[in-house]
Amino acid sequence: MAQIIKLKDKDTDFLEKIMELSGEQITLCEQCGTCSAGCPFVSEMDINPSQIMRLVMLGQESVMDSKTMWICASCFTCTVRCPRKLDLSKVSEALRQVTLRGAIDEIDIKEISDEEALKLPTIAVVGSFRKFTG
Amino acid sequence: MKIPYFPGCTLKTTAQNFEMSAIESAKKIGIEFIELPRWNCCGVVASLTSDDLMRHLAPVRNFIRVQEMNKQGLVKNENRLLTLCSMCYNTLSLSNLRMKNEADDLQKINDFMHREEENYDGNIEVVHFLSILEEMGFDKLAQKITKPLKDLKVASYYGCMLLRPKEVGIDDAEAPAILENFVKSLKAETVDWDAGSRCCGSYHTVNNVDIVYNLVKGIILDARKNGAEAIITSCPLCAFNLDVRQSEIKKDNPDFQTIPIFYFTQLMGIALGLDKKAVGLEFNKIDTEDILKKKKLI
Ligand code: SF4
Ligand code: SF4
Repeated sequence: MAQIIKLKDKDTDFLEKIMELSGEQITLCEQCGTCSAGCPFVSEMDINPSQIMRLVMLGQESVMDSKTMWICASCFTCTVRCPRKLDLSKVSEALRQVTLRGAIDEIDIKEISDEEALKLPTIAVVGSFRKFTG
Repeated sequence: MKIPYFPGCTLKTTAQNFEMSAIESAKKIGIEFIELPRWNCCGVVASLTSDDLMRHLAPVRNFIRVQEMNKQGLVKNENRLLTLCSMCYNTLSLSNLRMKNEADDLQKINDFMHREEENYDGNIEVVHFLSILEEMGFDKLAQKITKPLKDLKVASYYGCMLLRPKEVGIDDAEAPAILENFVKSLKAETVDWDAGSRCCGSYHTVNNVDIVYNLVKGIILDARKNGAEAIITSCPLCAFNLDVRQSEIKKDNPDFQTIPIFYFTQLMGIALGLDKKAVGLEFNKIDTEDILKKKKLI
């Protein structure tokens, strides 16, 4: 299904901020779609990983409305496959950090039931808090 | 051989079966794990932004512990740090890589940790137990097996953290063979399948468990389709998702056919003649004993 995306003027500051935080030369992305094709989470995402790259490249801060970076679990599948050797897991992390550094959490710890808290392995809890809390 | 060992938080809590089976199996082949004194959590997930050096403090402190162990004579000239948990392995390795490649970052961290008695010198190597076994030679391991796992069809589940990113992967990211070679050394049968390095959903298990259910279902179905009777892993988070979450899937779908999940060291222990208690089978959620009894292994 065709999707219509309305572009705003390019916000170069936003692009540069994400490039600096991620350490990735995002403008090198050739939009081949390899990252999206292999992402095990793509069916859970509202827009796919290569679209994230495109929107950031075009300096569209509206990319922050997407949930994709919160679904990306840094599995590094795309990282090892990108023909431009770009690390999308770092781009997702940079986008998450933009929110988290504003002291906005993505997870509400109170929503975890006592029963779950007792059974979850420590690495799940620490990993989740590191990815979802600022 | 005595080697400094980093257990990490989960091996002391929900993955005790991993730790006990690994320590006992290693003993059988002449490797003694010496636990780091005063180790601390590695942080679980590697920091992926360029500017948050703070997150590398936890790994670096553990590297200093290894240096101290050498000075105290707990180990002799041993700059390797052994890990079992795949996530610890990945996080410690990625931090170490940065410390080795970025002298300025290492300097900043060393300056910050003025309370540590010594600086990290950048010379520690983080290794996974599987790499130690490979280095020793899987043929040597095969010679020590007293109870061959004959006819047991084992699917090797690598997950993400053992293989990716490439700079820290213990084998080829797309076509790994180390776990299969390990399985062969125990005289079990390997399974050719697609889902061996597909993510299990990771920490989404905390607040988005449906994602995990979907991924786990896919992984188990693929294992079944290819004839697996058991799946092995080296990650306590993969193990939780594949084992505990799989049992929940079964509860909601009685027709779902489950597959037992083992830590690779549990099967290693059985093949080396350890009993089921020594490898902690009672901690596994999905029944592991039926299949082992059927194959006359316990
Ligand atoms: S694989 Fe790399 S080059 Fe291709 S679309 Fe994804 S980020 Fe861009
Ligand atoms: S790192 Fe993120 S975007 Fe890349 S494949 Fe994994 S989940 Fe998808």
